[in-house]
Amino acid sequence: MMTSEKITKRLLFAASLIIVFVTAGIIFSLVGGAIPVFSEFGISFIFSSDWNPSEGKEEYGALPFIAGTIITSVLALVICLPLAFSTSLFIGEYFHDKKVAKIIGTLVDLLAGVPSIVYGLWGFYVLRPFIVDLGLSSQGFGIFTSGLILAIMIIPYATSITAEIIALTPNDLKEAAYSLGATRFEVVLYVIIPSARSGIVASFILAFGRALGETMAITMLIGNTNKIPNGLFDTGNTMASVIANQFGEADGLKLSALIAIGLLLFVITGIINGAGKLIIKKLSK
Amino acid sequence: MMKLNLALNHKVGVEKNPRKVKNNIFTTLVIFFSVVTISPIILIISKLIIKGAKQINLSFFTETAPDTFVAMTAISNGEVIPGGILNGITGTLFMVIMAALIAIPIGILIGLYLYENPNKIYANIVRDIADILQGVPSIVLGLIAYIWIVKGLTNGYSALAGSISLSIMMLPLILRSTEETLKMIPISLKEAAIALGVPYHKVIFKVMIPTGFSGLSSGVLLAISRVIGETAPLMLTALGSSVVNYHLDKPTSAVPLLIWEFYNDPNMVNLIWSSSLFLLGFILTLNLLSKHIASKRKAN
Repeated sequence: MMTSEKITKRLLFAASLIIVFVTAGIIFSLVGGAIPVFSEFGISFIFSSDWNPSEGKEEYGALPFIAGTIITSVLALVICLPLAFSTSLFIGEYFHDKKVAKIIGTLVDLLAGVPSIVYGLWGFYVLRPFIVDLGLSSQGFGIFTSGLILAIMIIPYATSITAEIIALTPNDLKEAAYSLGATRFEVVLYVIIPSARSGIVASFILAFGRALGETMAITMLIGNTNKIPNGLFDTGNTMASVIANQFGEADGLKLSALIAIGLLLFVITGIINGAGKLIIKKLSK
Repeated sequence: MMKLNLALNHKVGVEKNPRKVKNNIFTTLVIFFSVVTISPIILIISKLIIKGAKQINLSFFTETAPDTFVAMTAISNGEVIPGGILNGITGTLFMVIMAALIAIPIGILIGLYLYENPNKIYANIVRDIADILQGVPSIVLGLIAYIWIVKGLTNGYSALAGSISLSIMMLPLILRSTEETLKMIPISLKEAAIALGVPYHKVIFKVMIPTGFSGLSSGVLLAISRVIGETAPLMLTALGSSVVNYHLDKPTSAVPLLIWEFYNDPNMVNLIWSSSLFLLGFILTLNLLSKHIASKRKAN
């Protein structure tokens, strides 16, 4: 007869198998669904920028969407960087443990709770007209608007880890610098940034990973054109947004193309997140 | 203070110290950028309250969404668009509760497994897999639930497919928060139970889980608040419905899906604000509740 200890241990182990099988199943199904399009177009599916779903002349390439995803996400990262870094310093150093830092921290955390579709609405009705008013673009749709809203969306992810790591900077290092007459700016530059460097890099990598997969807000703001964007204020499409807005009428080869884009997105976000987690893991050792 | 410094510098006849100037500029920038960072959340919430609050009334919670013709007629007669978002609210609750019923037990059991086997190579692999799963974009999980459930099981868009995609999103969040919670429980508690001869399953289910209950529920609430506003995966799985549906194998509406429909329909576009306000209010409440439980726990 099995003891209760054995049964319980087996139950826990069996549960852990579920997540392994689910993840294996995800990879298996994505690869399986992508096979038709890859056997039709080969590896050139990744490097082609043709997208023509009309029957008989079907032609699919993922390059415009890969380009759109990377450009919007990099732009988001660039915009997010000074904002998230300053806010992290505000919370983790300048006003550390003060009430105002707690309030700012809570407000930043709330940003993470706003659903993507609400960001999309706000971007469409507030941000887009603002960009039109500035004369940056006639319709307000496109790469820049999408990158801007993405930047706001990823700020909480970059800020929460960075602020924590900045707050962990050893006090004796900071005090040593102050005692030598360093200003606060110099302490940030020569003590805090070097000691928190890899953690900061990791948190921005993870935030970048978030940006890659965002769907609804981008779908509502990027303009949804299946071409490689021609500048910051041009329209385009990302991998996630093309899946969302082409999925409705998709079957056959087109569905396979969308699943293949999903697979590429899975691989890219996996690599980026893996890199971020690896750095954090090395840090905690 | 600034004035005093300047006066002092002037008096002594020292030129303004460039290092101090740099420091002041940097401090100003840090504060300025922090204010810029928090302004979107304030702007978003106030926009939703200003445009949406007056549209929320009793029928908002008790009636289903109007169709586009009813909305058009109401607009052309200069009346308020009738109806509410009942089909969305019930659909969201139905699918999220289903997803939670799937993800909570599995997530907690895996969290227990990781806690019990902290250093096994296999446990580390499971942790890495959970990290990978947590990073998968929600739209990809929508595709997966479409392939598995819509195509493979229910033969059409269904609430079950929506629940499955949401439950896969929740699973890694719950198992990591479970492991973190259990790690914070003093080991002596577990040892005392074992020393008293309590059977292993009772140590786990009658000692560890009840002790960690507030931590576990805070993690679960956070996981729910993360998936409740998801739109993209539901577009590929639950699709949407104009009626209240509690059948697992039928298309089902959800609040975010309704917002998407309203946004795309010129006759109903006015309804987006109240629905968004409701959704955001619900999520932020769950969020703050979860934080409150977690901070109370820390204080103990």
